[in-house]
Amino acid sequence: MLDTSRIRPEFPILARQENGKRLVYLDNAATSQKPRKVIDALVHYYSFHNANVHRGAYALAVEATDAYEAGRTAVARFVNAWAREGVVFTRGTTESINLVAGSWGRANVGRGDTVVVTAMDHHSNIVPWQILCQEKGATLRMVEITKDGRIDLIDFGRALETNPKLVAYPYVSNSLGTVNPAAQLSKLAHAAGAVTVVDGAQSSPHLRVDVQAMDCDFYALSGHKMLAPMGSGALIAKPALLEEMPPYHGGGEMIERVWDDRSTWNRIPHKFEGGTPNVEAAVGLAAAIAYLDTLGMEQVAAHEQELARIAIEQLSQIEGVTVYGPRDHRAGVVPFTYGDVHPHDLATILDREGVCIRAGHHCTQPLMRRLGVAATARASFYIYNDVDDIDALVTAVRKAGELFGVPA
Amino acid sequence: MTDLGELYQQVILDHNRNPRNFKRLESANRKAEGNNPLCGDRIHLYVHVDGDTISDIGFQMPQGSGCAISKASASLMTEAVKGKPVPDAETLFQAFRDMLAGGANAPGKLAAFSGVRAFPSRIKCANLAWHALHAALQNNAEPVTTESARDF
Repeated sequence: MLDTSRIRPEFPILARQENGKRLVYLDNAATSQKPRKVIDALVHYYSFHNANVHRGAYALAVEATDAYEAGRTAVARFVNAWAREGVVFTRGTTESINLVAGSWGRANVGRGDTVVVTAMDHHSNIVPWQILCQEKGATLRMVEITKDGRIDLIDFGRALETNPKLVAYPYVSNSLGTVNPAAQLSKLAHAAGAVTVVDGAQSSPHLRVDVQAMDCDFYALSGHKMLAPMGSGALIAKPALLEEMPPYHGGGEMIERVWDDRSTWNRIPHKFEGGTPNVEAAVGLAAAIAYLDTLGMEQVAAHEQELARIAIEQLSQIEGVTVYGPRDHRAGVVPFTYGDVHPHDLATILDREGVCIRAGHHCTQPLMRRLGVAATARASFYIYNDVDDIDALVTAVRKAGELFGVPA
Repeated sequence: MTDLGELYQQVILDHNRNPRNFKRLESANRKAEGNNPLCGDRIHLYVHVDGDTISDIGFQMPQGSGCAISKASASLMTEAVKGKPVPDAETLFQAFRDMLAGGANAPGKLAAFSGVRAFPSRIKCANLAWHALHAALQNNAEPVTTESARDF
């Protein structure tokens, strides 16, 4: 496991006390905390290099452009992108998926076509496709999940028989922690003639990602879940697809030439980056990736999987606790319920013990309907969490049981 | 645990465990649905208004939804307004809201929710049933939501 005694002091927020107790931050699937190195990189950028980018008439602007483009290089290398120009900066996974729906989708999906998503997708990988399908008169087909929380491959196969134009799915489920066989799903979808979109919000921070090995067509990630600032993110795409796609947002930077009544487009990826970009986000992403590189993504994944295993083992010993999701092939996400204690109450009680968890539907209402629950509590781990955090979680859950009189 | 004890007072825990008027009211002539999209909680409220009086009232929270605060609040609300004239129920609604916004305690058992003030993330849970009641009494068929632009 990772040496958390060395990692924890590098995250200033973890020194904070919550109700007189050590802050136990277990809502990493929502967003991660930021290490000093990332915070410092932002301060350094604004202190020494800030200017608008790609308009380099002076040295400062060249520096800002270099810093921004270095972020792109870092992201490209981090996920083994097809090319640097296949990395489009966005505000995060949600915007990345909306970009694909609004550009590739609008150009390629028509009346009578089918788009496939899964029942474990986050709303951000469902709603953009609903909007597209409603606009185009296309059909949205949702693939079912198995009882133990995996994508139902039989139903996935049936959905592919409709010859969908596009198939979207998460690499890692934010609600269940399931690690899906992303490469296999992409292969099957390609064989059916579909383009694939992978929601990488929960995989990029936690696993070694290789989009070329996965052979998807689009991969969306959020920086803020992987130590980088809020509002940072990227769409990774096959350059040939980006070349064919119409622009998403019109504005400055994304154009080549503008006439009174028409324009031509800048090269990719700039064609999709209209307006002044979030340079700070790119700088922060580069610093976050550098930090993760020093740990090694294989070690990060192993650390979180071990924490999840221990947490599941200890929570399961509490009478009345139900843990959701598969037993294996799972990331550091542990969703659970506890007797008839509502997850929202659980979260309030845990908060008083300094333990931050998420309670609710986790932006996966279709999944919650299938699980037959209105809400779950969710503990999710990252590089700075350790066994002490799990002890605090389990102790706090037991306290909630006492308060609510759950039979032990 | 003192502050948690103030939030989860015995009367709240009791009404969460044994909610009163927890029923679908077939005779209802006013209905409303309340949603808290943040946590997925939903309430169906059934009211029978006879002349100017709330002669009967019931509520349901589908699919195991409803945290202790929202369920106990709905339960205590039904007890508080049952048999009361409609204007009195609206006055209680205002008093309850004022209490959660930092004002004086609401009358009777409703004061048990004064502890919610210290938990801003839970105020919407406590208010949900009351907003549904208000909508039902206004004969507003639109589901109320804790995320509407209106002040909740």
